[in-house]
Amino acid sequence: MEKKLYTISIYTENNVGLVNRISAIFLKRHINIRSLTTSPSEIPEVFRFVIVVKMTLEGIQKIVKQIEKQVDVIKAFYHTDEETIYVESALYKITSTALFEERQIQNIIKESQAKMVTVSPEFFVIEKTGFREETEKLYNDLKPYGLLQFVRSGRISVTKAKMGISDILNTFNATKQDEKKS
Amino acid sequence: MKTKTASQPTTVQAKNISGAEAVIRCLLAEGVDLVYGYPGGAIMPIYDELYKFQDQLHHVLTRHEQGATHMAQGYARTSGKVGVAMATSGPGATNLVTGIADAQIDSTPMVCITGQVASHLLGSDAFQETDIIGISTSVTKWNYQITKVSEIPSILAKAFFIARSGRPGPVLIDITKDAQFDFFDFEYVPCTGIRSYQSDFPIAQDALSQAATLINAAKKPLIVWGQGVILGEAEAAFKTFVEKTGIPAAWTILGLSALETDHPLNMGMVGMHGNYAPNLLTNECDLLIAIGMRFDDRVTGSLDTYAKQAKIIHLEIDPAEVNKNVMVDVAVLGNCKDSLEQLLPHVQPLELTAWKARFHELNAIEEEKVIQKDLYPTKEGLTMGETLRVINEHSGGDAIIVTDVGQHQMVACRYAKFNQSKSNVTSGGLGTMGFALPAAIGAKMGAPKRQVIAIIGDGGYQMTIQELGTIFQQRLDVKIVVLNNEFLGMVRQWQQLFFDKRYASTEMINPDFIAIAKAYGIAAKCVDQREELSPAIATMLNTPGPYFLEVRVEKEDNVFPMIPSGASVSDIRLE
Repeated sequence: MEKKLYTISIYTENNVGLVNRISAIFLKRHINIRSLTTSPSEIPEVFRFVIVVKMTLEGIQKIVKQIEKQVDVIKAFYHTDEETIYVESALYKITSTALFEERQIQNIIKESQAKMVTVSPEFFVIEKTGFREETEKLYNDLKPYGLLQFVRSGRISVTKAKMGISDILNTFNATKQDEKKS
Repeated sequence: MKTKTASQPTTVQAKNISGAEAVIRCLLAEGVDLVYGYPGGAIMPIYDELYKFQDQLHHVLTRHEQGATHMAQGYARTSGKVGVAMATSGPGATNLVTGIADAQIDSTPMVCITGQVASHLLGSDAFQETDIIGISTSVTKWNYQITKVSEIPSILAKAFFIARSGRPGPVLIDITKDAQFDFFDFEYVPCTGIRSYQSDFPIAQDALSQAATLINAAKKPLIVWGQGVILGEAEAAFKTFVEKTGIPAAWTILGLSALETDHPLNMGMVGMHGNYAPNLLTNECDLLIAIGMRFDDRVTGSLDTYAKQAKIIHLEIDPAEVNKNVMVDVAVLGNCKDSLEQLLPHVQPLELTAWKARFHELNAIEEEKVIQKDLYPTKEGLTMGETLRVINEHSGGDAIIVTDVGQHQMVACRYAKFNQSKSNVTSGGLGTMGFALPAAIGAKMGAPKRQVIAIIGDGGYQMTIQELGTIFQQRLDVKIVVLNNEFLGMVRQWQQLFFDKRYASTEMINPDFIAIAKAYGIAAKCVDQREELSPAIATMLNTPGPYFLEVRVEKEDNVFPMIPSGASVSDIRLE
């Protein structure tokens, strides 16, 4: 079966050790995680993991069930690139002399629509957010002028379809209320 | 919410008590009256409270922390309650890992409590500090490190709820020493639900009716049941289902004893050393009804050729097990007691005379080629099979049989007779040698009125032999039968069949087992003659208190039938 990129979105409780528990699921199956990002979600006290992996459809279906089986995971989803809106951010640090001496750099920055984050007498830092191809192109364009540092974030993504996490939590709260009344 | 404890957890309050005392009060509120463990520096405050509460909470001092986990497992398996094991930090905690992994793969409800260095020392490589949360993550259903005393009641309540609900499993709670020492106002409220965790599923009626349609139309149906029937307390519903439909049923090793072995529709064991008929007919049936089982590779053999001709129905509580190894046509998610009870009114008695005749035909072949030779051997040496036959003759099938891992385990599971559920305790998924002796201790304490017989190989026995000390100290009535062939028999069998008889490190030079048992004050006997066997087993069962019986069996016997690793269930070999 053909392997493709999938974005896994996981809504979780905020518990120490959960990154370990989730990454162990991949480790056990010898699956390489391409990127992993954690952040707060739209719901207070609920965290969101975004994990990118290259797998078969059958494989991703099984692994999402294993993730969802974890007690502190509220819900997990998998999506193809077509089903999500996703970006990555990259930072590029270059010596300031290059900026002033190599006119081409200014054109590259302008064309790439990257943002200047900081400029100092020694170095400057630009930031580019977009698809992998865009941050990679900028990397390749700037490389000849000497990159002092380069770093790229994991993918962050939102889905086109509704996730329904609040519904799950509200249903739970409602049953809790019923239990108290009875 | 359904719980599986005999007594419901209770709400408890107490002003200004220590964290250590709170732990004990939580255990009492959960109805725990028995814990297995081993003390040490980081858990001493809790042990101090165990001393004060010894009238209400019996602590069993084991000889190794691994023993504590297997005892807690044995206890859980025969009592249906959550087993509790305790250990100190560092090596105490790491010694629990094998038992935790075993409980995880065999879905055994267990709560492990470990002491940890004080929270200000975490990460400093303090004496006996180890990252037991990190180490145990992939083998626990849930784990948590408590660093603040105020967390103790809510976390322990969650621990017990998680361990016993849904698909049961092990939970580890690590408690720093300062959290044990600190004081707070205690309030214990039992956990009844966790928002991120679904433990129970309403039965989907459309799946149920699809299942009923398939069942009612089946001409050659086969049931394969697993431990889910026992864990879900579904034995009665299961038996009614089998009897109403008349469908032949076979079991996985952990499902054994859920339906009495003498039941006319009990067709024996599936899998690598299972019975001939249910294995072969897995690939002839038109409908496979899997109940509370997980299609382990030892059950299915090669998946490419497993029941391809059949429609498959899967009654299962763990969504992650559905379509994991075998793709199914209808999955009914939920506790199999609920599913079976709701399925019952929709199924009809089936006319299966010809199909059942196929089983009897194949049974006759296995009987002639394998079973008769095992149970009534004509050669000089004793066999494991005849030992089991004689045990059955004396126990009448009323005993709990605890087995270890290897040839003796397969023989015991094939031949042991069981009249009631929760009577077969073995390490199935993990295959943990050393499981049986400590598990038998827990099994006896979980069902004190029942006869408990541990059947162990000479290899596995020596892995946890020190627990004879626990039997001695606790004065436990556990009967131990070591089937001694002076080999790691199952590995030797594989070496003979698949490695050209190169017996690499499988021959054992054993100590004087009788002298060892006697050193622990345990009555002991060794037999190697056929005429001695029955009287020796009678003496063992009639002797009050613990008893050790060594049976010297044929050294190079093999267990058959056998599905070679990776082969199809159709390729089952009788010799």
